Amino acid sequence: MNHLDRLEAESIHIIREVAAVAQKPVMLYSIGKDSAVMLHLARKAFFPAPPPFPLLHVDTTWKFRAMYALREKAAADAGMELIVHQNPDAKARGINPFDHGSLHTDLWKTEGLKQALDAGGFDAAFGGARRDEEKARAKERIFSFRTATHRWDPKAQRPELWHLYNARHAKGESMRVFPLSNWTELDVWQYIARERIEIVPLYFAAPRPTVVRDGLLLMVDDDRFPLAPGEVPVDRSIRFRTLGCYPLTGAVESEAATLDDVIREMLLTTTSERQGRAIDKEAGASMELKKQAGYF
Amino acid sequence: MTAYQPDDLIRTDIRAYLAQHEQKSLLRFITCGSVDDGKSTLIGRLLYDSKQIFEDQLTALEADSKRVGTQGQAIDFALLVDGLAAEREQGITIDVAYRFFATEKRKFIVADTPGHEQYTRNMVTGASTADLAVILVDARKGVLTQTRRHSFLAHLLGVRNIVLAINKMDLVHYDRAVFDRIRLAYRAFASEIGVTDFKAIPVSGLNGDNIAAPTQNMAWYEGPTLIEHLETVPVDADREARGPFRLPVQWVNRPNLDFRGFAGTIAAGAVRPGDAVRIVPSGRTTTVDRIVTFDGDLNEARAGQSVTVTLAEEVDCSRGDVIAAAGDPPETADQFEATIVWMADEPMLPGRAYVLQLGTQTASATLRTPKYQVNVNTLEQTAARTLELNAIGVATLALDRPIVFEPYEKSRELGGFILIDKGTNATVAAGMIRFALRRAANVHRQHLDVTRERRAGLKNQRPAVLWFTGLSGAGKSTIANLVETKLARMNRHTFLLDGDNVRHGLNRDLGFTDADRVENIRRVGEVARLMTDAGLIVLTAFISPFRAERDLVRQLMAPGEFVEVHVDTTLAAAEARDVKGLYAKARGGQLANFTGIDSPYEAPEAPDLHVDTATESAEDAAERIVRWLLEREEA
Repeated sequence: MNHLDRLEAESIHIIREVAAVAQKPVMLYSIGKDSAVMLHLARKAFFPAPPPFPLLHVDTTWKFRAMYALREKAAADAGMELIVHQNPDAKARGINPFDHGSLHTDLWKTEGLKQALDAGGFDAAFGGARRDEEKARAKERIFSFRTATHRWDPKAQRPELWHLYNARHAKGESMRVFPLSNWTELDVWQYIARERIEIVPLYFAAPRPTVVRDGLLLMVDDDRFPLAPGEVPVDRSIRFRTLGCYPLTGAVESEAATLDDVIREMLLTTTSERQGRAIDKEAGASMELKKQAGYF
Repeated sequence: MTAYQPDDLIRTDIRAYLAQHEQKSLLRFITCGSVDDGKSTLIGRLLYDSKQIFEDQLTALEADSKRVGTQGQAIDFALLVDGLAAEREQGITIDVAYRFFATEKRKFIVADTPGHEQYTRNMVTGASTADLAVILVDARKGVLTQTRRHSFLAHLLGVRNIVLAINKMDLVHYDRAVFDRIRLAYRAFASEIGVTDFKAIPVSGLNGDNIAAPTQNMAWYEGPTLIEHLETVPVDADREARGPFRLPVQWVNRPNLDFRGFAGTIAAGAVRPGDAVRIVPSGRTTTVDRIVTFDGDLNEARAGQSVTVTLAEEVDCSRGDVIAAAGDPPETADQFEATIVWMADEPMLPGRAYVLQLGTQTASATLRTPKYQVNVNTLEQTAARTLELNAIGVATLALDRPIVFEPYEKSRELGGFILIDKGTNATVAAGMIRFALRRAANVHRQHLDVTRERRAGLKNQRPAVLWFTGLSGAGKSTIANLVETKLARMNRHTFLLDGDNVRHGLNRDLGFTDADRVENIRRVGEVARLMTDAGLIVLTAFISPFRAERDLVRQLMAPGEFVEVHVDTTLAAAEARDVKGLYAKARGGQLANFTGIDSPYEAPEAPDLHVDTATESAEDAAERIVRWLLEREEA
């Protein structure tokens, strides 16, 4: 077995284990490339049956339009139920990334996620996070225990030995499970190529309307984007290395229009993947704090 | 300093590069050593030399190095791998972290474990999935106590490839004599613990000597660099592929009536359609029909693959069963001698029931008092009554049912297990099966012609255990006595087991430590069970302060036969009454481990009967309990 085969087998094992021991699992689906790989692995794990759990998209209403389009198709192709949750509180208060800064992420994503998990009574939620993404993630377990208030305590993690995962928890407590823990960014791209997994076209370069804000190259995806007086979006050939809320996700100028091009560019690039995300630019330890509060 | 430098092939022929990269194998290894040995620096150096560090990370690293680094203006590689904010401030690592890097030949997953007090727990965790261990030694200090500890633990967890990285050679003038002396000292020690083979490499993590590239500083060294060795050493996974077929069933896949697949990860061996297999523990044999995957059926599957197989015949098979080579199936047993690594702050309690997970099986397990504890520093075996955090010992493990197993030496997947506390759900221990003490196949329960139903029928009653629990002085014995008197008047056959009385006979060897209290209740539970088999209504009056033990007794009985009666009184009320003068003694410090004073009482969460002594007299309570029991008999 080569390394991709081994990673695939380990992830399938993890996904099946959750289905076997959790009362009510759910798969967080963010529509990004890691989610696409995780969903593909879930389909493989239970073939010829569809995966025995629903997909959950915690929506902020600010994702790229191309993401919403793929979301419906991917769920239908997998034969899975798709739950979409939008935090009603954030909706009522009109929270948006332009006016509310970090409150946007906090309310739509962190609070929205907790609401959706509580409402569904889910005791295990799959997430597509990888350990190579960030230092705090490198220390998190594959089965990560959360208190009834969804908090993560990095000092009270359960030891994880062999391929034995302790998923036992009291009522109200839950597990976050990361089947891609041991994958790297290159593994994910190679697997997408090998398995011909459909991903959002925004990962490939195309001419798109853009403006520059605070050093980030942003795409004007719809008319909610507030332009300065006289400001006109400029068409540039761009693509995205990660996908999130379009006003918060920086693009890179690129001509890489095919998977081979994208992988080549990824291997030739000299900055790390999360650099394009505004959320990670805060203090070095910010991800750890967000995770403790319940962020995925 | 230069950051990530990509391979030329990426620019010129990405397809060829990817094809080459895809065929790489995977090696998982663990690094063992303390901060002082330069372990984080070594890992940082491996990442750096294998070009895994991006420009933005390097910029952050340079800034961090100047701010909190220990290398002056130079780059402090240790900062690359010290993850959590808390430990960055304290300058220590507190847990297991996993790092990833690749060279042209292999991909690597490194388990990085800290070198301080929590060491045993973390290292054992990291080593459980490792193919290889890099043991770091400071060239100035040579083989230390901790070197022995690391080697012992790596060997214990079944890591067969050992690298002795003799680090900081720059600080001993790259002296060959130093290297030779340490290598020989280590060899002598290694053979004592059963390590027959290891590779010694002289390195400097700080300067990069013999990490990725050979060095002129040590021209006398002719062996491979650290990375060369990691790239070429055989991977353990191949070892598992030999040996007889084992598929622990993880999930039964049944989308419709026409398909019934058994999904799991193959633990050992290989399988092809048509192979004869045996379902263990049932022993039924059949043949494999198909190996089903998303990408089409397979002609063969091997150890490490996650597959779904279908069988030629409809046989009973569910999660926890093992589908095995028909001619060479694994054994089943319910008692083992096992090596236990204790991982929780609360010490092991012999006799307490823990949840055991092994492969895809779950059972209820109790540990006997350890046979001995191993001092990981001296490797001496010493007597122990319990195991504390980070202690390693050998003990008998008894399960409530037989499980399918193999000795850990033969199989990590079917020989390694974890123990989970039933109350907190924390993983409290890891264990490795050494051998079965009593093969389940040889222990049949003797069949008795007079059944427990017959015995109960003769007495014209339904057996039960009325388990009175509560603080000392709550009135358990008083109420139990009244209940028994009333039942006797109604011609019911009863027996009252009283805490104080039992301690005069059956349990007179037990004291009042937590471990002894657990054993006290276990024995009483077994006696009560025999008495219900005899058809009796048993009443027990024991403080029985721990929920886990009361649950254990409940599990011993037939469903519905265990009736928990909580005699509920406030500590103040019990202490004011103090019939036996025990509270006064406990407060006076003459009586240790007294429930309610310096030992906890865990009240039942949902007792079958609840007596509030503040509002109900003993007589009324007894009357109510008897009525409840009579209604139960009629139900």
